[in-house]
Amino acid sequence: MSEILVLVDHTDGVIRKTTAELLTFARRLGEPAAVFVGAGIDSARDALRQYGAEKIYVLDDPELSDYLVVPKAEALAQLVEQAQPAAVLIPSHAEGKEIAGRVAIKASSGLITDAVDIEAGDNGPITTQSVFAGSYTVTATVTHGTPIITVKPNSVTPEAVDAAATEDHFNPVISESAKTAKIVDRSPREATGRPELTEAAIVVSGGRGTGGKFEPVEDFADSLGAAVGASRAAVDSGWYPHAFQIGQTGKTVSPQLYIATGISGAIQHRAGMQTSKTIVAVNKDDEAPIFELVDFGVVGDLHAVLPRAAAQVRARKG
Amino acid sequence: MGIPSYTLLPHEATCQSPHDGSIATALERSEEGHPAMKIVVCVKYVPDATADRTFNSDNTVDRTGVDGVLSELDEYAVEEALKIRDAGDDCEIVVLTVGPDVARSAILKSLQMGADAGVHVLDDAIHGSDAVGTSLVLAKAIERQQADLVVCGMASTDGSMSVVPAMVAERLGLPQVTFGSQVTVDGTTVRVRRDGDAATETIEGTLPLLLSVTDQANEPRYPSFKGIMAAKKKPVDVLSLSDLGVAAGDVGADAAWTKVQQSQQRPARSAGTIVTDEDGTGAAKLVEFLAGQKFV
Repeated sequence: MSEILVLVDHTDGVIRKTTAELLTFARRLGEPAAVFVGAGIDSARDALRQYGAEKIYVLDDPELSDYLVVPKAEALAQLVEQAQPAAVLIPSHAEGKEIAGRVAIKASSGLITDAVDIEAGDNGPITTQSVFAGSYTVTATVTHGTPIITVKPNSVTPEAVDAAATEDHFNPVISESAKTAKIVDRSPREATGRPELTEAAIVVSGGRGTGGKFEPVEDFADSLGAAVGASRAAVDSGWYPHAFQIGQTGKTVSPQLYIATGISGAIQHRAGMQTSKTIVAVNKDDEAPIFELVDFGVVGDLHAVLPRAAAQVRARKG
Repeated sequence: MGIPSYTLLPHEATCQSPHDGSIATALERSEEGHPAMKIVVCVKYVPDATADRTFNSDNTVDRTGVDGVLSELDEYAVEEALKIRDAGDDCEIVVLTVGPDVARSAILKSLQMGADAGVHVLDDAIHGSDAVGTSLVLAKAIERQQADLVVCGMASTDGSMSVVPAMVAERLGLPQVTFGSQVTVDGTTVRVRRDGDAATETIEGTLPLLLSVTDQANEPRYPSFKGIMAAKKKPVDVLSLSDLGVAAGDVGADAAWTKVQQSQQRPARSAGTIVTDEDGTGAAKLVEFLAGQKFV
């Protein structure tokens, strides 16, 4: 069976949930082979094995981490050339898509981005994408070269499968020209203690209706163990950091439960949350377009509703 | 693919010996009295995101039956180029688009904002191109311009793949400094701040390179009346594939390396339950709903 390469998303060896999801998709298509770039394989090995990596390609050249996407793209293209996989799966974040774009050109291969589902087909993987702010779904295939597919977080429930995880060190040749753009400074974001926004099962977000007070939103989120997001209006007003913006120009989330509070639901916002499984809204304005999307809506002031709801959730949880 | 990478001299470099290639460099342009830096901004004409966007019967995006606009996110790219010029750099700004007749309006808007000239690659054979084909056409057109700096938006508002800039850079052999939320150009050094998921990074590169900016980078200006009048006189080059030396067979739906099998409108969500928060009962009903769905 052909290998399916999965580019591992990790921080110092701690793998992100998306990696488990990609390995799960890879198993549907062939033999999952994790591509681990950077330091920390000792911390990652068990998790990769647990989620079905039959093989792990380890690329621990430090130059791969300091120089943005070009060296990573060169390395991955060389690995594609050597391993001749049936497909390459890459996480759908900014860096993942840039690597994918470059690898597609280098390997003369078709690229599909932001897949939310992948199935095996007679002529290679069949992907499903959600387009036009979630109003259409599109199925597509790659017709040339090795299918390069970027996959959105939360697209599949990771399946634990114990796999062989045999290791293979791969030493790519990195060109000098690949090193011309580099990271000169890096300041890690302060940890919020909440789940990562794009990976969270529950997201509670606040918008213009918060009036700049996010405490009720954060407190309600914490009662549910949820991540906190914000609309563009809230971010543009300086009420919440841009890293938490949900929508066309921010993050796209697809959690089990999305709770929009004080958000009207403009098309730009819908683009970032419309594929959520269950949608709930709290808004003073009963005409707000967000109510067209919801499974459950409360017409009311979030400043009154959220603190009571948080207390009741905590009471039920005991 | 068949595009050779090319190297241009940084616009501030002192040139001692004649350039050995056949391409006129930015510096040579400067000596001839042309601007020292050439910026190409890639823009896209897209169906208005607030209109009802649909697909054609061949599963391509309907770009003619719906009102179109300059992709909102490309306005930030145009503005960033204008900011670099406003800061005193001697430069020429060319906006480049690939698309049908109507796409000219995306160029016009950019010229009204203040860009100097437009290039419109217009050829029926391009219809149905995927990102790979589009990036080939853009790269060939940029190559002709001998750009020192290529500026792109963070994504289009229709396809929103965010991969064309990386593909164009790959084809041109250029480094990329992308998703900048704050940009500084200092001589030949381009530095951007990127607000990533886990960290804020400062990324640096040296011209020539490809830059992309987010909607946090600036506040795009509205065209002034003067700008609107001036735009009418600005040159727009309309180029065909043969002008660019691109074979028609290398682009379009048949040459695409991906194929859309099916496009389907998502069924409307069934109407949900809406309650009004009277006497503080809204919270109880909300929590009851969440508990019923096993979220609590």
